[in-house]
Amino acid sequence: MQWDIVIGLEIHVQLATRTKIFSGSSTAYGAEPNTQANAVDLAMPGTLPVPNEQAFRYAVMFGLAVNAEIERRSVFERKNYFYPDLPKGYQTTQLERPIVGPGYVDIDLANGETKRVRIHHAHLEEDAGKSLHEDFHGMTGIDLNRAGTPLIEVVTEPDMTNADEAVAFAKKLHGIVTSLGICDGDMSQGSMRFDVNISLKPKGSETLGTRTETKNLNSFRFMEQAIAHEVERQMDILEDGGTIVQETRLYNGDRDESRSMRTKEEANDYRYFPCPDLLPVEIDDAFIDEARNSLPELPDARKARFMDQYGLNDYDAGLLAGDSKLAAFFEAAAERGKDAKLASNWVQGEFSARLNAEEKSVAQSPITGAQLGDLVVRIADNTISSAGAKKVFEALWSGENDNVDAIIDAKGLKQVSDTGELEKMVDEVLASMPDQVAQYQQESDPKKQKKMLGGFMGPLMKASKGQGNPKLFNEILVRKLGG
Amino acid sequence: MHNKSVAELSRELESGKISSVELTREYLGRLRKEDEQLNSFISITEDQALADARAADEQRAAGKATPWTGVPFAHKDIFCTNGVATTCGSKMLANFVPPYDATVTSNFRNAGAVCLGKTNMDEFAMGSSTESSYFGATTNPWGLSRGEKRVPGGSSGGSAAAVAARLVPAATATDTGGSIRQPAALCGVTGLKPTYGRVSRYGMIAFASSLDQGGTMARTAEDNALMLNVMAGFDPKDSTSIDREVPDYTATLDEPLKGLKIGLPKEYFTGNLSAAMEEQVRGAIREYEKLGATVKEVSLPHADLAIAAYYVIAPAEASANLSRFDGARYGYRCKDPKDLLDMYTRTRAEGFGEEVKRRILVGTYALSAGYFDAYYLKAQKVRRLIQQDFINAFKEVDVLMSPTTPSPAFVQGEKTSDPVTMYLEDVFTIAINLAGIPAMSVPAGFVDGLPVGLQIIGDYFSEARLLNAAHQFQQVTDWHQREPQ
Repeated sequence: MQWDIVIGLEIHVQLATRTKIFSGSSTAYGAEPNTQANAVDLAMPGTLPVPNEQAFRYAVMFGLAVNAEIERRSVFERKNYFYPDLPKGYQTTQLERPIVGPGYVDIDLANGETKRVRIHHAHLEEDAGKSLHEDFHGMTGIDLNRAGTPLIEVVTEPDMTNADEAVAFAKKLHGIVTSLGICDGDMSQGSMRFDVNISLKPKGSETLGTRTETKNLNSFRFMEQAIAHEVERQMDILEDGGTIVQETRLYNGDRDESRSMRTKEEANDYRYFPCPDLLPVEIDDAFIDEARNSLPELPDARKARFMDQYGLNDYDAGLLAGDSKLAAFFEAAAERGKDAKLASNWVQGEFSARLNAEEKSVAQSPITGAQLGDLVVRIADNTISSAGAKKVFEALWSGENDNVDAIIDAKGLKQVSDTGELEKMVDEVLASMPDQVAQYQQESDPKKQKKMLGGFMGPLMKASKGQGNPKLFNEILVRKLGG
Repeated sequence: MHNKSVAELSRELESGKISSVELTREYLGRLRKEDEQLNSFISITEDQALADARAADEQRAAGKATPWTGVPFAHKDIFCTNGVATTCGSKMLANFVPPYDATVTSNFRNAGAVCLGKTNMDEFAMGSSTESSYFGATTNPWGLSRGEKRVPGGSSGGSAAAVAARLVPAATATDTGGSIRQPAALCGVTGLKPTYGRVSRYGMIAFASSLDQGGTMARTAEDNALMLNVMAGFDPKDSTSIDREVPDYTATLDEPLKGLKIGLPKEYFTGNLSAAMEEQVRGAIREYEKLGATVKEVSLPHADLAIAAYYVIAPAEASANLSRFDGARYGYRCKDPKDLLDMYTRTRAEGFGEEVKRRILVGTYALSAGYFDAYYLKAQKVRRLIQQDFINAFKEVDVLMSPTTPSPAFVQGEKTSDPVTMYLEDVFTIAINLAGIPAMSVPAGFVDGLPVGLQIIGDYFSEARLLNAAHQFQQVTDWHQREPQ
């Protein structure tokens, strides 16, 4: 049987405010446990929440960036459940009146098409603390530093039909929130967390199947794997004639397996009701206008500019413009390197490969865009070969030296481009290879001739100790052999 | 000395007739002796009080006194006091010492007042008799001479009994459904519940957040005004407090009442109000007419729905507010929990008393899936209707007057077995909290030797007018000066 896959996402985005959503504690990551939790965060008796205006500004900016309606009057509610990392015994969140109403995001598909993913709403809420199950010998440690960190939870419509689309949407959203500067986008620290709702239905059917929710995926790779895993699991069940249980599941990325966390029947009755400690939040036109005026360039606009300003193709522009830090890195390299295409190739090639291999973010890169730009200059002006350029990149990355020209000098990577000197070498090599020369000259197919040129390049590079400019060698060879 | 008001004590301190240390010693001595019978205090902070008194004397000597500098008083044990146990009348918080002051607490501290201790209350302010305190019931000083042990009302029964017995000239209190006015009435003292949002709730342990309001209790209206001067005002730590100018509430006490339009809600003069009570209240209203006020009957058509709506909304909010008492971070924790669920269930089963548990259950039920619309939402709609009743009434009259309670102080144990009869104690006070308007209870007579309270209800932010009306009444009556034997 053929199946349609239906995917919707819920994304928790940690807002990059300095202080918490309802208290003055710092939100900085990585402090000693419970050093960033004050009386309000600890839910001490009699303490009260005071809203952080910056969180509202960020939420409004997000709403504007995803083409959404901003609710003029949003209401905080209490979501009641007991858990040790939830100090008040309820989470302050929004339900009936979220601050961001319906909107949408357009994503680029692999086939070059654009797809619109609708956003159902986005609401403001506070994060819980963390339960630490290791190192406490059968007990659980509680760290409340994260408790009260502002989040927006973005809820999409079930508009995605495969893992690629879901990941493309997730990456697009990541690009939007990091471009806005409202989230640091650091997934390894939990700054963005994804819940994936998945269901299957017979191909073409109008009726949605029973869905499951896979919670707390904190990388694009895990998200892709978790979707593949869950689709397969559901398909196996359905094709064996079984039924899907509506449930929340946890995915273990290291083992590529998932388990049920709770079924619908086991789900809490959260007993939502409007929080009487917080008045409804009124947002006026002036506040929205101010947020609108403070919006920076967003990925879609940046992509268009990259195509226009740097002459990049749709694919390259989309990839570089999608992430604000990568885009800034590219622009620094292109401005300095004066060759945007070459800069784009190096940013997407060697640079991105290295980041991935070492699981680093752009912000953690040991080299700057300007340094890569310097390298691009030397490639473009033929000072170094591409093989030499890789050596220079390596030296920059390892921190051996931070100056491109100094590295070229120190490693003797400058190409020989003196044609007189190169011609001499070509003459000597051709003289030592009379059979191959004859073969070449008897060959009538120019394609095969071109291939045969490679046979001379090895000895030539050897003769020049690797420093001969391969392009010039090539030109001289063609001229001399053809004559 | 112990019969003097805050205003009088303030003048004596200012004149140098007595020092705050002397005054504080005298009150502490009296408190230790007299409170054995009453149990109106949960804790007496003797050392802290004497240190504060010495500091107050220095302030006065330095010419930096406020009217409160050096004046003894007490806090209801619901207001957090930095470094001093704050129990809320519960086993759950019997060991809880907050590392912060409530805004009300720090306001009195900044004014130089000397806190003698923390007064008894119904557990988590849930009750009308101060019998549900983990620290034992408080006894009303009225009736004691006849050998009767009557309730002081509640939940601020400790504050009311202490003020009535002259153990302190004034005490803070809180009112969620009548918890200032009902005990003030039953103990023969003057109490004010301000407009919701007038006094900060920061550091005041929450019962029902949309109804809770801190307020004042003293023998005279003037002293209530002096208290409110210290307590009222916007607090950036409480986003439901209201940013509105605070008048000097003593400045308008002497305004004449000529032309004051008094409304008598007909729904508050029927049903379970005894003839003797009604006679006292009507007598008080005749005094107002003598002072130049006019009286007319008005209607609050939804009055009979107030108790039902209140007993959905208040428990619903309480069920969430009290979730934080889980044994994890502070307060009581059960012995040797075997796992998380065991810790939660036993901590809460052992740490909360019966009435608190009853209200948590009721509130949890009212918010549950399938019941929310029928209970919580419906109650909120009723709340708006009740609010509108008052708004309409204040288009016709300046203030409303009624009895504060249907009957005088009852005997301890009389209503503990039937929660609903206890809830009916607040039949005349509860709607005021649902509307968020201010109201007072003023001593207005006696029935069988027990005090009767007159309730004066005003429009939003009309505290100055209420205090003025109460003060003028107290210039021509002496009910508030009667002392229990």
